[in-house]
Amino acid sequence: MTDSKYFTTTKKGEIFELKAELNSDKKEKKKEAVKKVIASMTVGKDVSALFPDVVNCMQTDNLELKKLVYLYLMNYAKSQPDMAIMAVNTFVKDCEDPNPLIRALAVRTMGCIRVDKITEYLCEPLRKCLKDEDPYVRKTAAVCVAKLHDINAQLVEDQGFLDTLKDLISDSNPMVVANAVAALSEIAESHPSSNLLDLNPQSINKLLTALNECTEWGQIFILDCLANYTPKDDREAQSICERVTPRLSHANSAVVLSAVKVLMKFMEMLSKDLDYYGTLLKKLAPPLVTLLSAEPELQYVALRNINLIVQKRPEVLKHEMKVFFVKYNDPIYVKLEKLDIMIRLASQANIAQVLAELKEYATEVDVDFVRKAVRAIGRCAIKVEQSAERCVSTLLDLIQTKVNYVVQEAIVVIKDIFRKYPNKYESVIATLCENLDSLDEPEARAAMIWIVGEYAERIDNADELLESFLEGFHDESTQVQLQLLTAIVKLFLKKPTETQELVQQVLSLATQDSDNPDLRDRGYIYWRLLSTDPVAAKEVVLAEKPLISEETDLIEPTLLDELICYIGTLASVYHKPPSAFVEGGRGVVHKSLPPRTASSESTESPETAPAGAPPGEQLDTVPTQGDLLGDLLNLDLGPPVSGPPLATSAVQMGAVDLLGGGLDSLIGAPSFVAPPAAAVPANLGAPMGSGLSDLFDLTSGVGTLSGSYVAPKAVWLPAMKAKGLEISGTFTRQAGSISMDLQLTNKALQVMTDFAIQFNRNSFGLAPAAPLQVHAPLSPTQTVEISLPLSTAGSVMKTEPLNSLQVAVKNNIDVFYFSTLYPLHILFVEDGKMDRQVFLATWKDIPNENEAQFQIRDCPLNAEAVSSRLQSSSIFTVARRNVEGQDMLYQSLKLTNGIWVLAELRIQPGNPSFTLSLKCRAPEVSQHVYQAYETILKN
Amino acid sequence: MIGGLFIYNHKGEVLISRVYRDDIGRNAVDAFRVNVIHARQQVRSPVTNIARTSFFHVKRSNNWLAAVTKQNVNAAMVFEFLYKMCDVMAAYFGKISEENIKNNFVLIYELLDEILDFGYPQNSETGALKTFITQQGIKSQHQTKEEQSQITSQVTGQIGWQREGIKYRRNELFLDVLESVNLLMSPQGQVLSAHVSGRVVMKSYLSGMPECKFGMNDKIVIEKQGKGTADETSKSGKQSIAIDDCTFHQCVRLSKFDSECSISFIPPDEEFELMRYRTTKDIILPFRVIPLVREVGRTKLEVKVVIKSNFKPSLLAQKIEVRIPTPLNTSGVQVICMKGKAKYKASENAIVWKIKRMAGMKESQISAEIELLPTNDKKKWARPPISMNFEVPLAPSGLKVRYLKVFEPKLNYSDHDVIKWARYIGRSGIYETRC
Repeated sequence: MTDSKYFTTTKKGEIFELKAELNSDKKEKKKEAVKKVIASMTVGKDVSALFPDVVNCMQTDNLELKKLVYLYLMNYAKSQPDMAIMAVNTFVKDCEDPNPLIRALAVRTMGCIRVDKITEYLCEPLRKCLKDEDPYVRKTAAVCVAKLHDINAQLVEDQGFLDTLKDLISDSNPMVVANAVAALSEIAESHPSSNLLDLNPQSINKLLTALNECTEWGQIFILDCLANYTPKDDREAQSICERVTPRLSHANSAVVLSAVKVLMKFMEMLSKDLDYYGTLLKKLAPPLVTLLSAEPELQYVALRNINLIVQKRPEVLKHEMKVFFVKYNDPIYVKLEKLDIMIRLASQANIAQVLAELKEYATEVDVDFVRKAVRAIGRCAIKVEQSAERCVSTLLDLIQTKVNYVVQEAIVVIKDIFRKYPNKYESVIATLCENLDSLDEPEARAAMIWIVGEYAERIDNADELLESFLEGFHDESTQVQLQLLTAIVKLFLKKPTETQELVQQVLSLATQDSDNPDLRDRGYIYWRLLSTDPVAAKEVVLAEKPLISEETDLIEPTLLDELICYIGTLASVYHKPPSAFVEGGRGVVHKSLPPRTASSESTESPETAPAGAPPGEQLDTVPTQGDLLGDLLNLDLGPPVSGPPLATSAVQMGAVDLLGGGLDSLIGAPSFVAPPAAAVPANLGAPMGSGLSDLFDLTSGVGTLSGSYVAPKAVWLPAMKAKGLEISGTFTRQAGSISMDLQLTNKALQVMTDFAIQFNRNSFGLAPAAPLQVHAPLSPTQTVEISLPLSTAGSVMKTEPLNSLQVAVKNNIDVFYFSTLYPLHILFVEDGKMDRQVFLATWKDIPNENEAQFQIRDCPLNAEAVSSRLQSSSIFTVARRNVEGQDMLYQSLKLTNGIWVLAELRIQPGNPSFTLSLKCRAPEVSQHVYQAYETILKN
Repeated sequence: MIGGLFIYNHKGEVLISRVYRDDIGRNAVDAFRVNVIHARQQVRSPVTNIARTSFFHVKRSNNWLAAVTKQNVNAAMVFEFLYKMCDVMAAYFGKISEENIKNNFVLIYELLDEILDFGYPQNSETGALKTFITQQGIKSQHQTKEEQSQITSQVTGQIGWQREGIKYRRNELFLDVLESVNLLMSPQGQVLSAHVSGRVVMKSYLSGMPECKFGMNDKIVIEKQGKGTADETSKSGKQSIAIDDCTFHQCVRLSKFDSECSISFIPPDEEFELMRYRTTKDIILPFRVIPLVREVGRTKLEVKVVIKSNFKPSLLAQKIEVRIPTPLNTSGVQVICMKGKAKYKASENAIVWKIKRMAGMKESQISAEIELLPTNDKKKWARPPISMNFEVPLAPSGLKVRYLKVFEPKLNYSDHDVIKWARYIGRSGIYETRC
């Protein structure tokens, strides 16, 4: 018997012929005709015109013929609803048939006919069938409720079918239970709020019992339903897990994956200290590996899921790297997924093996796969630092093959390696430059341009290289254009003299000839930056780059948690939440992992810790000094409304100045006299008026307690000049000892160790009294504060200016030099108070040409305040006189090297300008003593 | 759930189309044809999403089977179902060819109606289906009431795979331990990865509903059941093997395996796959391949491959085939081999060396000179691995069947009366050596 002939009838007038045959008296002929109709239907021909004739054949005791007619009905009933009614009688009759197979067939088919009038008639038979004595009929009726719900949800509720369905969960037949669970789960999805499934420990127990007995498909329905349940505590979770684990040995991969889903979800509630937790983790690995010997399509589904599992719980498969090695004959989709997982599992322990494999893959045929393999090598380098060197050399080998796409991919990843390990592998740049011409993909071109721009100072012909790209500027993709613009600006900042023309060219191309708003904006920003403040431009364009992360394309944690709840389903294959690919409200309920229960909270899940951290971190990064000032201002100022904004803006202005000062020194401006922080109060003072003076009093009062005036820390060594090490600091004098307060910040990407410090010989013999002690290695972005005690016992050499100090700092990377100026008042010793008589004698003794006179302007203090403030910095008032309404203060101070300085300070009440006369045997210090006066009095 | 199921021939013509859900329209049939079957590019994934409709496909002898859905279905289940459907069809009419599908389309529709209801897979055990879906028309009218209820209880029942009331004059069973050994070896002879995936296939001709118990030399099973002395366990431990993981036919009571490590079941009639397992430790590698490739200038390659058999000399390996890949620009090949026949197959870009039989602990060798056409192709030849096929009468994992006990309390035959056979066959899976 061959039925294929039905597919071949294509002649005209066929419908008429069929009509005649359908109405034939002979049973055989009728059956043949119906078969032909179904065949035509299959290939997509419209045979709806035969509807009445086919329906006429329905009344038959031949089950095969009946099934064919039903098939036809399901397809066309919707287009001919009136005529479909003709079939109702037969259905109703069949639902009463003594043969359970026929009863089930009738109720199954009726549910598939989406015609309102038919569904009305369906209710009664369905009600009977749900209580049928035969399990086969009941399991079919259970699914039928879901069908009816899809057509008319209200009807199902009104007729009370949902309750009957719920009762079936307790049915004695496991398949009826499974189908009822499936139907209820589906209905529940469209009513997310209703508690339709009503899962409780009792019903869960029933499901778990049915799980052992029903077919593989039924097990899947039940497991998928179990996964939606949230156990009330960890004990219940554990007992469910114990009863689900045997499923991991099922031959059906879907059963295994659904069981894995339940376990992964409930594990979340178990304490990690529990023995059972560890056992469970161990039990998960073998079945997952076994999935990889299934058919390729299932392997693909399994691999996509393993990808999620590895991200969620890396410990599960960490020892199973080898099973993910790619086989030569694997389908490409399996290969790509395996590769992805290999990189995720790569660690120091297995990196050698992984690299050997990756190198092998990089010579394969499939372009996508090869690209991914090359990219994987780069990712290994970034992930496992120890392997970076080998990865780079492997990549270089691959570049030598000159295979176009391999070279391009390699260059893209090398760029990332450069960013991760700056100043380490730049020796390969020359090799990269050789391949410049073969790059035709935007990503590779952009990467290469980035490299050229970033290392412009090391590439002799960087300008020529970039210029060559510039020729076809408008044909490049946006990515390349943006990169080229930045690279040329970088080049200009590094080699301004010879590249002026180039930078003008690119700026005009970007701003005047381009339609791309991003490009134009970036172009204008650079242009303005360069024309107004090249120093700022340098700071912006050549700024430190943030760290690149080790793990690329990780799934965002909340999405990952949601996807874990969808293990085995399409969502886990697409790595997207169902809402991204399912239409309407169906199945779009947002799922999330259960929280840990109270009993296990003591173990402190790692997820919660970082959540609290960020605010703390932010507090750390705010400059405390500024904050303090802001707060104080807030308290002091009368109208609080206008206060804060003014204050903050002033502080910010100060901050800008600070930056500028730092840059000046960077550019090489030889002297950098006033500590830049002094600018802050100056700026503040102007708009605030006299209200501030109290404030400053307050701060100086604090100063008296703790020692002489301390200037805020200023940046001495910017990170740019020191391969990522930034040093800022200040000098203090407290209880007779001088110290240098340093703040070291690591802005590089590698750890810094082995710090040491040394001073050049200086005027006052300042030298470190102890070695520089940085206790732990300084990891990237970390900052340490160190107070380095100084002595004045070092060797002396007069410096110019007198108070300059040249410092060398060494770490594991290099030795860096910088110079700074120290305020002289740190050298004022505490026993600098001269006896009155001696003072008079000395004053007269010192020749008049040694006297120097200075004006201290804008100092609103009175004689009392001046005296006490100076005393806290070891400038002592020996005597005080009032002459013609003026206060005359006679003061003395002694430097660490024994030089005495005598001073006469004239203060006129109401006049903020003081006159200071200094007499000293070494007149060159006078200038600096005057500056010390200024600093002390004005802060 | 599954919204529809289509079968296409290699040209993309529809052979079978069955829609289960209202959200799947006729246009889905065309969407898959246009975007997947007729796609210019090679298929990059077995799951395709076209306009929010997902298509799962598998291919069987050039025919495409596609399941369609608009929901977030259980993807693993859909593929398992598609494979199962292929099994069922194969059990009914043999090979899944276009002709067979066309010849049996009525039967296929009938099956699809039964095994998938509203997109939910139902009982798909061939044994059960064959009792009421037959190729020779329908016997429903002739069935007695008992027969009918027997069918329905089997289809929905706890033991859906076995019929009641089967009687054999001779109670007999066959156990086949079929293993495929997989290897990836480096040119230096270092094992990069090796594993055995094995199956225990049972053919049972047993009367009634016999309770069976299967025993093998698995370490865990032996340790768990080895209530004997430590001495005894160490003795048996020598021969026991470590199974990484195993899965069982649905007739096996999994909860019992989990708690007692015993494999007990009521077998379906005739052939079925009792278990699948995987081992990675102490694998016997029946053959070792030693490649030697030398590039002589730019236009010549010299290849020498030695194979060594590594098992008892009394055993014979069969159907040995070594496949040595050759570069795409090969112009001519000269081969000399000590044993068997070797041929260069230009269409497959390989030298295929076949040996009918080879005893254990022997060695054989082939050498070939490959002439190459000069090319300006910059890309180097990828050097695919040398692969090997063979069949040996042993289980490379070392697995041994210790016992299979049969209990049938209702009928009057005992374990001793059952005739039992066991056989071991080891085949090559993906057995590759890089060169």
